[in-house]
Order: sequence, then C-alpha cells, then structure tokens
Amino acid sequence: MTTLERPAVRNRSIGSRVGIRPRAVVVGAVAALGAFVISVFSLGTGDFAIAPADVVTTLFGEGNPAHEFIISELRLPRLVTALAVGAALAAGGAVFQSLVRNPLGSPDMLGVTNGASTAALTVVILGGTSTQLSIAAVAGGLAATLLIQLIAGRALHGFRFILVGIGMAAILTGISGYLLTRGVQMENARALLWLTGSLDGRDWGQAVPMLIVLGVTLPVLLLVCGPGLRMLEMGDDSASALGVPVSLLRNGSLLAAALLVSFAAASAGPVNFVALIAPHLAKRLTRAPGPNLLPSIAVGALLLTGADFIAQHLLEDRALPVGVVTGLVGGAYLVWLLTTERRAGRI
Amino acid sequence: MTGHTSRLSGSGMTLAYDKRVIAENLSVEIPDGSFTVIIGPNACGKSTLLRALARLLKPTAGTVLLDGRDVHSQPTRTVARTLGLLPQSSTAPDGITVAELVARGRYPHQGILRRWSAEDENVVQESMLATGVADLADRHVDELSGGQRQRVWLAMALAQQTPLLLLDEPTTYLDIAHQIEVLDLCAELHERQGRTLVAVLHDLNHAARYATHLIAMRSGRVARSGPPSEVLTAELVEEVFGLPCRVIDDPETGTPLVIPAARRSTGAPV
Ligand SMILES: Nc1ncnc2c1ncn2[C@@H]1O[C@H](COP(=O)(O)OP(=O)(O)OP(=O)(O)O)[C@@H](O)[C@H]1O
Ligand SMILES: [Mg+2]
Repeated sequence: MTTLERPAVRNRSIGSRVGIRPRAVVVGAVAALGAFVISVFSLGTGDFAIAPADVVTTLFGEGNPAHEFIISELRLPRLVTALAVGAALAAGGAVFQSLVRNPLGSPDMLGVTNGASTAALTVVILGGTSTQLSIAAVAGGLAATLLIQLIAGRALHGFRFILVGIGMAAILTGISGYLLTRGVQMENARALLWLTGSLDGRDWGQAVPMLIVLGVTLPVLLLVCGPGLRMLEMGDDSASALGVPVSLLRNGSLLAAALLVSFAAASAGPVNFVALIAPHLAKRLTRAPGPNLLPSIAVGALLLTGADFIAQHLLEDRALPVGVVTGLVGGAYLVWLLTTERRAGRI
Repeated sequence: MTGHTSRLSGSGMTLAYDKRVIAENLSVEIPDGSFTVIIGPNACGKSTLLRALARLLKPTAGTVLLDGRDVHSQPTRTVARTLGLLPQSSTAPDGITVAELVARGRYPHQGILRRWSAEDENVVQESMLATGVADLADRHVDELSGGQRQRVWLAMALAQQTPLLLLDEPTTYLDIAHQIEVLDLCAELHERQGRTLVAVLHDLNHAARYATHLIAMRSGRVARSGPPSEVLTAELVEEVFGLPCRVIDDPETGTPLVIPAARRSTGAPV
C-alpha cells in the first residue's frame, strides 16, 4: 500500500542536488584558468619576449608603453580571435551534438563548416577582398545548415539529419576541390592556407564581429535554450509533455549554433575538430547530462589557444597554421574515442 | 460538443503519421475526475490517441479541447501545467541521477528567473516517496532495473502535479506487486486528490478493477466505452482482441474477470 503522506525519513534536500554540479564548475574553472595561463604565455612570447608578470600588468592597463603597444596592437587581436573562435566552435558543437543526439554530429562533420569553406573559396578564386570572404563564409555556413534542415525534413534528431549532413559535407568537399583546380597559383596558395584554418595576421577586424556574435548568441543559448536543450535529451515526447516548445527550441538553437560556427569559420577558416572534441571532452570530464555549454566553451577556448601556441612554436624556423595542430590532435582523439566507445558498445 | 463537456475531449479526430492514417473520425471524452483506462490490441492507436490528447500530435482533422479551448492553440507550457503525459518510452539522459530526473517534472512550473522553490522541493520529495524511489535518489538512472526506472519516470510525471495525467502503460516492466502498487497509487491520486487519470493498460483484469471509465479501442476506433462492468463482456473481448474467453465476477472485487478460453476449446460457436 502506498500513501502520499507516508511518514518517512526525508531525503537530503533535492534542491541541493539538482542545480549545477560542482564537478562541472571545477571543469569549467580549470579549463578557463588553463586558457588564461596559455594566453599570458602566448602574449609574452615572440620576437620580443615579455615576462608573464609584465603581461598581466599590461593587460590591466599598467604596463609601459612599449609593452602596451606590442600586446594590445600586435598580439592581443590574434589571441582574442583564438579565444572567441574556440568558444564559438565549442558552443556550436555542443548544441549540434545535443540536437542530433550523437557525439559525432558536430558542424564540421555535417557540412556546416564545409558550406562556409566552399563559399569563401569561391570568393578567393574570384579574387575578392577579405571582407567579402568573411561575408561569404557566414552566408555559406548558414545556407548549408538551412539546406540540410530542409532536406532532412522535420526529423532533426537521429540519423537522418546526420546522413544528410555527411552527404552535404562530401558534396561541398567535391565542389571545393573543383574550385581549387580552377584557381591560379597565387590564389590557390591563399585558399589552401585559409582552408587549413589559420590565425596569422588577425587584427581587431576579425576579432570584433566574432565577439559581437558571441555576445548576442551565448546569452540566448545559455539562459533561454540551455534548460530546454537539457529536457530535449529525454526525447521529443517527454520534453514536449513537460512544456518545452520543441520545434521552436530546435530551430532557434540550430540557428544560433550555425551563426557561431559560420562566424568562427569567417574569422579563422574552417579549423577542424574543435567543435567535435571540445563538447565531448567537457562532457566526459563533467559526467553531467545536457549539452554542458559553459564547460564546453571553456574547453574550446583552451583547446584553440593551446593549439595555436603549439602551432606557433613547434617548429623553430616557421609557424604552422593552427588547423594543422587541431587536425592532428583532433584526429588522434577521434580514433581513440571511436575505439573506446566501440569497445564500450555505445556506437 | 454540446451541453456538458469535460475538461479533456477529442472530437472528429483524424490522426496520421505523415500520410499513414491511424484513426479517422475518432471522438473520445474523458470524464472529469475519472480513472479512465484505455484497452485494445497492439498497434490499434492507443499511444497515438494519448499523444493527440497531450498536444504532441496535431490531428489532421478534428480538435482536442482542453478546458474548452483547442489544445493546439495553447502554449506548450500552459498545457504542461494542466496535462501531464508519461510516454510509453523515454530516454534518460546519460549520467542523470534519479533526483535530477524527477526534478525535471517541475520544469513547466519554473521560469528563467524562478528556479527552485520550497514547493518544488516538497513535491519532488513526495513524488519520490509515493513511488518508492526515494532511496534511489542519488543513483544513476541508467544503472537501475527496468521496473525501478519505470517508477522513476512515474515519479517525474507526478512531480509535474497536473490535474490531468495521461499514463501510457505505466505498469510495463513491473512485477505483480509493483503493478498493484502503482495502480493503487493511481487510484489514490484519483480518489483523494480528485485528479483525472487516463492510463493505457494491457491487463484487462487490472483495467476492470481500477477503471471508473473504460475505453476499448480497435484499429483506430472506439469499440465501446463506459463503466467496466458494462464494457468488459466476453463478446467485446472476442470482438476487440479476437480472443475467446469467459467473463466471471472477480471474487475479490466483483468487477469483471476475463478468463481466456483453454487452448482446446469446446468447439462451440461463439
Ligand atoms: N512515430 C510513428 N510514425 C509512424 N507510424 C507510427 C508512429 N508511431 C506509431 N505508428 C503506427 O501507428 C499505429 C498505432 O500505433 P500506437 O503506438 O498508437 O499503437 P498502440 O495501440 O499504442 O500499440 P501498443 O499496445 O503496441 O503500444 C501503428 O500501426 C504504428 O505502427
Ligand atoms: Mg502504445
């Protein structure tokens, strides 16, 4: 016999157990701290070395004018772009993976990034300016997302969206290959560098649009979409029965994620694997349900600044594009992931 | 619908998935304060009907009225405060604990600013006690047995605290004692708190015992509805399930008790 008023020992408060998990806070904080430390080091290294302590005082506006110039004018734009692009890719990736309910369903696997690349490549081959390139990248990423959504129909979850996305990625890769055969040598060199993903020579012109998009979309994703995205993991019916406006939430978060990823591609080129791996790594570390947006963002910023630091200093004589490093590290992680997940029977 | 209307009803509904029509011109009325049980063979459209009533599936024709208004013209969250649904199957997110999952039942009562209140706390604690999962609060849902998991989902639906609650096969995976316990709990919710319950059940004898109103469905139609003692006859079971049987009085409760005919039947034409 059950009763609603059975006198029983009550549990420890539920409220204390359903909020943000301490572990997730620790993961986010450690990753953010890591990103900060790497930032200080990368601002301090270069042709003119600056001690970490001087970097920090300069960042707080109390350094000498020489340091001030080198850091704020020369090195900070690149670093801020790296932090922002890492955060944007991670947030976009976390939303995609959550929406399609598959850890491999990230925007760089599903053709969103390819959409940005192909459009940007077209501009490069036609000899366009870098502003035109950025606009094309954003438009291309959004168009690819819309197209996948239209072809996949309403079934945004599950395999259909993923299969259409993979198909889209393949087609766009083919088109990019064709475009490269049409370009002349000079343009191809520029195009190939862009296609690898690089942070070389970034100025505030690249950093600011990315920061604005982050400033607009992140609050929406975190405050408005976040709780709903967590509910959506229980399946459409359960989420809907609990009052989640499923299709509105889906389309809204998909748009926000596509914007983030497209602007990231416009700022740094299609840097591979960050959108796939940052959310995954964050989730593995926090072990919390949901898209883990904040920890993912911190991990993404850490990954991209870390990868760029390595790319700049790995070889004595010249810097590598950051996409080479994320490609190598990300590819290795993916192989490791696929084998362990496979052994665990999850895929 | 004229004259008396109940809080929840569907009229002239055509229910379809894409082009595949499951039910046509289907009308049901859920009496207020009833414990309505829906019975019917697999794939006859019971879950589809519940999904339509709960606003998850939009009828291609006809309407579902909740408190006198088309359920599809009302915001999801408003509906979710009045009408709860425990779907036939749901997925527990990776790594979620029992307390976290049950607490999600409070979602429709929370907003961006109002997150966790004393009422949420009480309701969640009580739902977990009522379904006997309080001891499991810190366990991971994916590490529970099927029956434990089912009770956790039920606790979540209870935590939603809706005056109307639709349950799609709430007793699957449960052993006989837990089945009765869950049904007793439902009866109690209905009797003491005046909640209107609609449950899909496969066990006809449970249906007969607990339902105050019975709806028998067959291939997208309502074959018959009314009090169990009138609906549950040998003819109806034969018609709806194609199962020859005898119906006797339950010695315990006096409600109809369905006894399937032995495999070697007497050969008497029914
Ligand atoms: N999402 C869906 N898409 C397409 N067809 C569906 C879908 N869900 C159910 N159906 C079909 O609709 C019909 C009715 O299904 P429904 O789930 O309502 O049956 P049910 O009466 O609940 O059966 P059961 O007792 O097995 O749960 C079935 O033929 C089923 O194949
Ligand atoms: Mg069903």
